[in-house]
Amino acid sequence: MNDMSPDSYTTADGRTIGGKIMEVKNITLRFGGVVAIKDISFDIREGEIRAIIGPNGAGKSSMLNVINGFYHPQEGEILFRGEKRGPMKPYQIAQQGIARTFQNIALFKGMSTLDNIMTGRFTHMKAPVWKQAIWRGEAEREEIENREVVEKIIDFLEIQAIRKTPVGRLPYGLQKRVELGRALAAEPKLLLLDEPMAGMNVEEKEDMSRFILDVNDEFGTTIALIEHDMGVVMDISDRVVVLDYGKKIGDGTPDEVRANPEVIDAYLGVSHD
Amino acid sequence: MFYREAGDYKTSYVDDSQTFPIALDRRIYMAAAVLAFLVVPFVMTDYLVNAIMMPFLIFAIAALGLNILTGYCGQVSLGTGGFMAVGAYSTYKLMTAFPDLNIFFIVILSGIITAGVGVLFGLPSLRIKGFYLAVATLAAQFFLVWMFNKVGWFYNYSASGQISAPERTVLGQAVTGANAAPWVSYLFCLVFVFALAWLTRNLTRGRIGRSWMAIRDMDIAAEIIGVNPLRTKLSAFAISSFYIGISGSLFFAVYLGAAEVGEAFGIQKSFLVLFMIIIGGLGSIFGSFAGAAFMVLLPVILKLFFADFIGWPTDLVAHLNFIIVGGLIVFFLIVEPHGLAALWRTIKEKLRLWPFPH
Ligand SMILES: Nc1ncnc2c1ncn2[C@@H]1O[C@H](COP(=O)(O)OP(=O)(O)OP(=O)(O)O)[C@@H](O)[C@H]1O
Ligand SMILES: [Mg+2]
Repeated sequence: MNDMSPDSYTTADGRTIGGKIMEVKNITLRFGGVVAIKDISFDIREGEIRAIIGPNGAGKSSMLNVINGFYHPQEGEILFRGEKRGPMKPYQIAQQGIARTFQNIALFKGMSTLDNIMTGRFTHMKAPVWKQAIWRGEAEREEIENREVVEKIIDFLEIQAIRKTPVGRLPYGLQKRVELGRALAAEPKLLLLDEPMAGMNVEEKEDMSRFILDVNDEFGTTIALIEHDMGVVMDISDRVVVLDYGKKIGDGTPDEVRANPEVIDAYLGVSHD
Repeated sequence: MFYREAGDYKTSYVDDSQTFPIALDRRIYMAAAVLAFLVVPFVMTDYLVNAIMMPFLIFAIAALGLNILTGYCGQVSLGTGGFMAVGAYSTYKLMTAFPDLNIFFIVILSGIITAGVGVLFGLPSLRIKGFYLAVATLAAQFFLVWMFNKVGWFYNYSASGQISAPERTVLGQAVTGANAAPWVSYLFCLVFVFALAWLTRNLTRGRIGRSWMAIRDMDIAAEIIGVNPLRTKLSAFAISSFYIGISGSLFFAVYLGAAEVGEAFGIQKSFLVLFMIIIGGLGSIFGSFAGAAFMVLLPVILKLFFADFIGWPTDLVAHLNFIIVGGLIVFFLIVEPHGLAALWRTIKEKLRLWPFPH
């Protein structure tokens, strides 16, 4: 699939998939003796839902950590919107328009749902500190404008009732949803989701799948997600990358990946030589 | 039902983010302002102004400042006394170097200088956290006190090593020096208290306040939404130190009149202000005031009751003060980290629903 032409095309369900928004080239990441990622390359195209799958410890989360700047790979390069990315801090990468959620929820526990999602608007707010201190004028106007955006996200995720609840008190499934809301609030160009449905029951998974599809469809957000539930992955993703022991063993449409013998081996636990 | 929200509907986001979301709160605040500005100066005795009101106001400013750093941004500091000293010595140097400069501006300038020093000592916070940062700020505390003691330039090489505030006036009334009337000093401090409390409220409800809390609650998540950790922590150090510098400036120039650094700004002051925000409530403006009031009032009340009324020896009463404060710190740290402010909130919730429990 990597040799697919860079031109845009239209999916069966009528969404437009554009050129490469991100390209990961020959990334190798080592922790001391452990090689977490071995010479991996793949791309993510504008408007698509790209899944990253693989057994535990395959290097999926590490890959997201490389993309959003927490880990610095020893080898390889990353191109974002066609440009090679120099060494950058995670907050700078966020400012470029890449948002994410974490495998283990990382919400701001002491803050309400509303404040958590408002914090996601950080990069869209520009009033200097002294104007925020005075409040009246630019700061207040900006707060209200951004609050309106956040309220739309709250409506979209159907979490109106918990707007003012401290997130620490919310059940797990709702916390995952708030975390998605916080990432959406940034209006990212690329949204990375690390196991958004882990630990959820069937109903919650269905809700979450619907939100992900709607985000992609309505806002045109490009999404890369890690997920263990194969049913979900095959249902919602356009293309799938398969990692195993830090290596890429498959890349293609869900059907192609499902038919790939190496992938079948990895998932059935056939021993590697 | 004493405390009502019903009929107090919010129809826009402007209303919803107002300083006091419930009309009653707003009225209580206005009443406090009227009382503090227009009534207290005329009815309070000089003793009460000096023993209670002035220390309360001045330490409320320090508590607001430390609460920004520790309560909102999660960076523990034991350097409050040292930063108050920076404010005090800046004021002294500015007062003696620029005799014509209005004391009002001198206080603000002292705050700005302290903000700069705060940023300098805040730099390690990018690398170190929690206990280690606390130790680093403790080092700042001892270093600053040592420096103000040793370097003669800071106290203009006076023989006593003390600094003392010459007389300065605002609108024709002496604010500092021996001729300052207590009610004038009180009003001068009060203006700063109201202005700074208002600024705190604005800062903490907006973008920068949320970025502080984000760093406090989960720094890696703060980073992935675009918050620069170093800048955010340093902004908290700067603004916090600005408040603490103003507090130290007022403590020296307006309240004490003369000061010796070790005695006026020693490590006890750092702990005093830290206890204020723990007992009052971390991350709460109301808590900063409640904690300052509590820590100022407790020894006065204990002394009035046990020493003056019952006749216990004063050192015994002082020990009782330590025991109570120590017990409360343990209690609040374990049971209610949000302090008196949280207790007050719980009472409000109960009153709001009373007499129906649900
Ligand atoms: N900070 C780190 N220090 C050392 N080793 C690490 C670090 N982060 C990840 N690793 C190692 O890298 C490998 C890949 O881990 P990673 O978390 O990326 O796996 P994963 O595919 O996300 O697995 P899971 O499905 O369990 O989440 C593992 O062997 C892990 O122990
Ligand atoms: Mg993982």
